[in-house]
Amino acid sequence: MKASVIVFPGSNCDRDIQVALANSMGGPVDMVWHGETEMAKTDLIVLPGGFSYGDYLRCGAMSARSPVMREVVARAEQGVAVLGICNGFQILLEAGLLPGALLLNAGRNFVCRDVNIRVENSQTPFTNGYEQGQVLRIPVAHHDGQYFADPDTLVELRAADRIAFRYCGVGGDEDGAAGPRDNPNGSIDDIAGIFNDRKTVLGLMPHPERAADPVHGGTDGRGLLASLVSALA
Amino acid sequence: MRNEPSITPAQVSEHGLSQDEYQTILNVLGREPNLTELGIFSVMWSEHCSYKSSKYWLKTLPTEAPWVICGPGENAGVVDIGDGKAAIFKMESHNHPSFIEPYQGAATGVGGILRDVFTMGARPIANMNALRFGAPEDARTRHLVAGVVAGVGGYGNCVGVPTVGGEVNFDAAYNGNILVNAMTVGLADADRIFYSAAAGIGNPVVYVGSKTGRDGIHGATMASAEFDDATEEKRPTVQVGDPFTEKLLIEACLELMATDAIVAIQDMGAAGLTCSSVEMADKGGVGIDLDIDKVPQRETGMTPYEVMLSESQERMLMVLRPGAEATARAIFDKWQLDFAVVGRVTDSGRFIGRVAGAQVFDIPVRPLVDESPEYERPWVKTPAPQPLASVTAPMTHMAALQALLSGPDLSSRRWVWEQYDNSVMADTVRKPGGDAAIVRIHGSNRGLAIATDCTPRYCLADPHQGGAQAVAEVWRNLTAVGARPLAVTDCLNFGNPERPETMGQFVGCIQGMGAACRELDFPVVSGNVSLYNETHGQAILPTPAIGGIGVLDDLERYADLALSRHDDQLILIGESSGHLGQSIYVRQLLQLQDGPPPPVDLATERRNGDFVRGLIADGTVDTCHDLADGGLLVAAAEMAMAGDIGLDLEGPDEAGFWFGEDQGRYLLAVPGAIVDSILQLAEKRQIPARTVGRTGGQALTLNAGAPISLSELRRSHEAWLPDYMQSA
Repeated sequence: MKASVIVFPGSNCDRDIQVALANSMGGPVDMVWHGETEMAKTDLIVLPGGFSYGDYLRCGAMSARSPVMREVVARAEQGVAVLGICNGFQILLEAGLLPGALLLNAGRNFVCRDVNIRVENSQTPFTNGYEQGQVLRIPVAHHDGQYFADPDTLVELRAADRIAFRYCGVGGDEDGAAGPRDNPNGSIDDIAGIFNDRKTVLGLMPHPERAADPVHGGTDGRGLLASLVSALA
Repeated sequence: MRNEPSITPAQVSEHGLSQDEYQTILNVLGREPNLTELGIFSVMWSEHCSYKSSKYWLKTLPTEAPWVICGPGENAGVVDIGDGKAAIFKMESHNHPSFIEPYQGAATGVGGILRDVFTMGARPIANMNALRFGAPEDARTRHLVAGVVAGVGGYGNCVGVPTVGGEVNFDAAYNGNILVNAMTVGLADADRIFYSAAAGIGNPVVYVGSKTGRDGIHGATMASAEFDDATEEKRPTVQVGDPFTEKLLIEACLELMATDAIVAIQDMGAAGLTCSSVEMADKGGVGIDLDIDKVPQRETGMTPYEVMLSESQERMLMVLRPGAEATARAIFDKWQLDFAVVGRVTDSGRFIGRVAGAQVFDIPVRPLVDESPEYERPWVKTPAPQPLASVTAPMTHMAALQALLSGPDLSSRRWVWEQYDNSVMADTVRKPGGDAAIVRIHGSNRGLAIATDCTPRYCLADPHQGGAQAVAEVWRNLTAVGARPLAVTDCLNFGNPERPETMGQFVGCIQGMGAACRELDFPVVSGNVSLYNETHGQAILPTPAIGGIGVLDDLERYADLALSRHDDQLILIGESSGHLGQSIYVRQLLQLQDGPPPPVDLATERRNGDFVRGLIADGTVDTCHDLADGGLLVAAAEMAMAGDIGLDLEGPDEAGFWFGEDQGRYLLAVPGAIVDSILQLAEKRQIPARTVGRTGGQALTLNAGAPISLSELRRSHEAWLPDYMQSA
C-alpha cells in the first residue's frame, strides 16, 4: 500500500497523520506539496487537518483550488481512496467531492474535546475494522464543524448508507439523538463524517490520528487506519 | 543627515524619556538627534526593552546549572533534556495591548512568544498561559475573558501548537489592568541552537516574513507607562496578528535552519526592526547598515521613523552566510513569504539607516545599549502582615467545599481550555486540568512536564514568601506528575516601580524567588518584566508568574490526579498546621484578606517532593495531586471528580485541617497493600505522612457525615464559568 498526505500552507496535522499512518502501514508515507501538479501512484490520499490558508475566505475554499487538487479530484474519480480529516473534510466539500457544508460551531467557539462517535456503516474500506454501531472515543478540535446539508441530500445520505459516523453519548444512543453536549458543534442529524456514493471518499471532523497511540489516552482511531491498510494492501 | 526641526522638550516627554535621559542621548551622539533617532533611543531605553528599573535585581537570580545551555539574555532559555535534545522556553506578558483590544492583544502575545522560541531553532511543542482578570462583577471582565481566550486559542490553534494548560484568576485589583502571560516550550537538537549575535563583516542582513505596516508603533513605550482615560486612544498601537503567516514562518525558518545558511537570527518583537538590529549588532560587537527602502512595506509613504518603530507581527531578521541568499530566498518563496536583503554587517560599530542613499540615522551601537539607563529605584520593605484572628467555621466543611468548588476561584476552567486545541501534534500525554501538562518528546518515550503558577494574594501579603511560593508550587506541580524539575522562566508583573512600595514588592518577590530557585536547583533561564501595571494609580497585585519545565524519563511512569481504583488508601504527605492566613477559605467564605501566607520551608519542600517523585519513578505511585488553593479537601474532591470515584475521608474536625494551605504537601492514592511500607519509608525520612481516606463509591463523605454525590459536586464545579460567560 502507498499513501500520500497533501501538505497545504497552514496544514498542521500533516505530521500527525503521517506518523499514525506509517505506524499502521509499517512503511513510509509520501508528503505531497500542494503546489505539485503530478502525484506518484498512490492507494490513499489524505487531506490533513489544520488551517490551510488561515481559513481565510472560507475554510477549505482556497485549498480546494490548489494545483494538486485537480489531480486529487481525478484520482478520486478513478476510485482512489481519499480521506479528509477536519480541515481536510472542509476541503473535500469545497472541492465538490462530498456534499453539504461545514458551518461555524453552534456554540460559536472553537471546541477541543474527546467525543463519542458511532460507526454507522462498517462495510467500507475506512471502517471494516470496526463493528457496526461500535462507539469510538476520539478528539475533535475545530471552529467550523457544524455539518449542514439540504433535506434532499440528507435523504440521499441516509438512504445510501453514506453517513459514516454520528456523534453520540457514551452508550451509543441507539434509539435516539445525541445529548446536547455529545454533539459538539450542532451538526445536523449528529453527523460527524460522510462518504461519497462509492464509499471511496470519507470526510470527518474527529481526528483519528490523535487517538492512535496509548499515550494519547485511547487508540480508537487506529481502527480507521487499520481498516484502510487491510482494504488497500 | 536630513535637516529636521529641533527636538522640543514636549517631544522628548512624549517619547517617555526624562530630561536626564535626553541629556545622555546628546552626549552619546555629540549632537541633537533627529526625530527618527529620538524614536530609536526611546524604544531601546523604554522600560520594556531596557529593563532599566529591574535589571539591578534580576542579576541576583540564579541562572546556572550543569543542564543550562543558555540562560537569560537571548530570545529564550535553553536547557539540556538529555538524548541530544534541548528544551527552549520563555514566558512573556502582553498585558497592556490585551486590555485595549483583548483578541488581538492576546493573539499577538502568543505569536510573539512562539517567535522567541523558534528563533532559536526549536519547533514549538506546547503553549501555556497565565491569565488574570478583574472581579467577575466588573462590567468589563466578561468581555475581556471572552476576547482574550478567543485570541489565545485563535492564534495557537491555527499555528498548530497545542495549548496544554494555564491559569485563570479573578481579582478586583486587575479591573483596569488584566494580565496576559503566554509561555511557549520548543524542542531542538542540543547542538543546533541558533543565537542572535551578528557576525561576518559584509554579510547580508535579511528581512523575512510579513510586510511592515504602521501598526504597533510605540507598543514598547506603551507597555512602559501607566494607563489613563486616554488609553483607549492608543488602540492603533495594538498590533494585529496573522497566525497563518506565523505558521508559514515557522516552517520556512526551520527548513532554512536545517541548512548552514544562517549566521544569526532574531525575531522582531517589541520595538521591531530597531530592537532586533541593535541587539544583533551589539551582541556581535559589529555595526549594521540598513537600506530602509528595501524593507517590505504594506503601506505607501511610510517614514523611516514609522518603519523603524513599527511592531508589525510575524517578521524576522537574519544574518546569512555570504552566498546563501539564493538558497534562503528559494525557501521563503516556496512559503510565499517576503524575503529582502535590507542591509549589511559592518565594522563601524554604528547603526546606520539610509533612504535613497541618504543617511536618516546614525547611532553608535554600544552606547545605545550600554548607556541605557539603569536605576536602583528606592524601595521600602512591605510591612509584615497582621496575624489572622481566630476563625470560626461559617458552615459545615462539606458546604464550604461546595461553595469553594463552585466559586470564581476554584471552579472548573473547562470553558476556557476547551477553546484551545490541546492535542494537535499528537504528542499530548496529559491534557489541561492536572497539576502539570505532559507532552511527549517527539519520537521517544520520554516526556516534558510543564506548569505555570503564582499566588498573587500571598505575594501582596508577604512578597518574599509569595515569590518563594510561586517557584515552589511550580516545582511541586512538576513533581506531582513525577517529573524531574529543570528550570523556570519568569514573567514579573508589577505596578509602577517609581513608587517605593511597589518597588519593595518587586524586590521582595525577587528575593523569595531567588532563594527558592537556589534551594530547589531550579534556575531562571529566561523571563520578562512588565511594570507600570496600574490604572488611575491602582496597582495590580504583585504577580511574578513562574513557568517551569521538568523531564520524565519514562512515559510508562508518571502520575495522574484522577483516582483510578476503588479501595485505594489516600495518603497525605507533608505537615498540616492548619494555616488559614491568605487562604481561599477565609477570602471567599469570610471575606478576610488577613494574615501571613503559608510559609515555604524550602528544605521540607525538597525533602517531601523528592520522596514523592521517587515513589512515582519506581512505579509505586501512579495517582498523586499536590495541595494548593483550597487545601486538602479541595484537592481530594478534585481527585474524586477527575476519576469519577468517591472518597470516604477521615480527619480532625477543624477547618484549618481541611482548608488550610500549608505548603509542601501531596495526596497519594495507593492500594491498601502498600500503605504501610510507604508510611514506614516516610517515617524513616522524617516526612509527615498519614492516611486520610479510602476510595470507592460515587460520593464524597467526611467523617461519616452526609455524603455529596460526585455528579452533584461536578455539576456545580463545572457550571460557574459557562454560566458567568452566558449571563450578560
